[in-house]
Amino acid sequence: MRYSGFRVLKEGLTGNKGWGKAWREPDPKPEYDIVIIGGGGHGLATAFYLAKEFGLTNVAVLEKGWLGSGNIGRNTTIIRSNYMLPGNEPFYEFSLKLWENLEQETNYNAMVSQRSILNLFHTDGQRDAFVRRANAMLLAGADAELADAAQLRQELPFLDFDNARFPIKGGLFQRRGGTVRHDAVAWGYARAADSRGVDIIQNCEVTGFQIENGTCTGVETSRGPIRAKKVAMCVAGSSGRVAAMAGMRLPIESHVLQAFVTEGLKPVLPGVVTFGAGHFYVSQSDKGGLVFGGDIDGYNSYAQRGNLPVVEDVCEGGMAIMPMIGRARLLRSWGGIMDMSMDGSPFIDKTHIDGLYFNGGWCYGGFKATPASGFCYAHLLAKDEPHPTATELRLDRFITGNMIDEKGMGNQPNLH
Amino acid sequence: MIINHPLLGPRDVAEFVYLGDAALIDRPDWQAPDAQAQFHAYGYLRDNPAGAHRELWYHEQGDRSWLVVTRDTVTHEISKVELARDVARARGRSK
Repeated sequence: MRYSGFRVLKEGLTGNKGWGKAWREPDPKPEYDIVIIGGGGHGLATAFYLAKEFGLTNVAVLEKGWLGSGNIGRNTTIIRSNYMLPGNEPFYEFSLKLWENLEQETNYNAMVSQRSILNLFHTDGQRDAFVRRANAMLLAGADAELADAAQLRQELPFLDFDNARFPIKGGLFQRRGGTVRHDAVAWGYARAADSRGVDIIQNCEVTGFQIENGTCTGVETSRGPIRAKKVAMCVAGSSGRVAAMAGMRLPIESHVLQAFVTEGLKPVLPGVVTFGAGHFYVSQSDKGGLVFGGDIDGYNSYAQRGNLPVVEDVCEGGMAIMPMIGRARLLRSWGGIMDMSMDGSPFIDKTHIDGLYFNGGWCYGGFKATPASGFCYAHLLAKDEPHPTATELRLDRFITGNMIDEKGMGNQPNLH
Repeated sequence: MIINHPLLGPRDVAEFVYLGDAALIDRPDWQAPDAQAQFHAYGYLRDNPAGAHRELWYHEQGDRSWLVVTRDTVTHEISKVELARDVARARGRSK
C-alpha cells in the first residue's frame, strides 16, 4: 500500500480499517543469497538498497529482538556532514544527500527536518580550525557557513555569549543538517524493503556461524540454521560479541553513551547547537523536549546505562552555553552501546573469511550515517567492491597505516 | 561506580582515568620475528568481552597508582581490584 494524503483522507472516512500491517512476519527460509545480521537502521537500510539499487531481493534481515530495539531508537537523532578528512567527509555528505530524499524513496514520513546544526567556537584558534573544516566541507560538496558573534546574537539570543570562561566568538553552521525521527527511519526502511520482497525476521538471534574451509556458508540461529551465499554483520554496539563467534578480534571497544531529554517546552531552540569547549549537543524534539548528550562514560560497557559523573559533566556543558536549560526538568536519561573504534571512524569491509562481511565501528555517529552505510554496504555485498565514498573504511587500515583519526587522539577508543 | 582501592579504600570512579584491557601490561617482544603482527594486535585489536573484563584504571586524582580492576561489563559490578604493580610482578614483568 502506498501512503499518501489521499489515503489518509480515505481511511479517515472509512474507519481506518484498511491500513494493514507495515511489513510481513515471514518464517525464515532455509537459504538466502544474503543474510544480514542486525535489524537496526543500518541493517534495514542495507536490505532496502540491496533491493532497490541492486535488484537483490532474496535477502533476510535477522533481528534478535524487535525492529528498532537497539541504537536506532536510542540516539539523539542528529544528521549532519561536518567532517573534515578525505576518508570521511564525502561519505557523510553522500549520507546527507540520501537523507534529503529518504521520505520520497521509502514512501514514509521520517520527519526529516533540516533545521541546521551550529558548532560554537570560543577561541581564535578554534575559529581557525573551523574555517579549515568548513573549507574541507565545501570541497566535498557540502554546505558550510561561518557566523560571527554579532550574527549569532541575532539568531540565538539566549546563548551565554559573555560567559567568563567560555565566551562565544562565533560558530560554524551547516544549514542542511538537522534532525530526523529516529524510529521512523527503521520503520520506513523496513516497510520499503519488505514490500520489495526482503524477509525481515524478528526474534531470531544468531548463535553461530557456519564456516567451512575459510568460507562462511550460513548462520546458526535460535530459529534453526540458515544457509547464505553471503553473510553481513551489521550489529554496531555488539560487534565484538558477534565477531567473536567467527573467531575474530576487532579494533573496537564497546562503550556506553548516555542521552537525556527534558520535559516538553514551547519552541525555544530552532536548530541543533553544540558546545565547542566541552562535549555537549542539544536540539528540541517536535514534542518539545530538549534532547541532549555529551561524552561517553569512557569504560567498556554493554550495560545500556551509565554513571552519574557523566550526567553532571553533560549538564555543566549545557549550563555553560545555554543557562536557560537549568530551568527545565530532566525527564528521562538512557544509555546506548557504541562500537568505539581505534581511530573514531567506522568500517564497511570484507573480512578475512570469504562470504563474511563487516559493518560496524560507528562510534557515536552512526545515526547520521544510516542511509550511506546501508547504500555502501549494499554496494559492497552486491559487487564485492567498495562504494567510491567508502574506500577507506577498511578493517586493515591500522596495519597499513591509513587511520582516519578525525580528532587526532590515537588508538585510544574512549577519547574519540 | 565505586572502586575499592587496595590501599585507600572505596573511591569514586570520577577520581580515575580508564585506559583499557589489562592485556596491555603484556607488551610484545620487539625483537620477535613477527613483532609487527604482535604490535598490531597489541595496539589495535581487543577481546571486548560482555562479562568479566580485567582492565587498567589510573588513580589520577588520588595516589596515581595503576590498578587492575575486574569488572563485569554487563552489570558494572566490580569483583576484584589489584595494584597493577603486583599483577605485573606476578607475570615476571619486574626486575
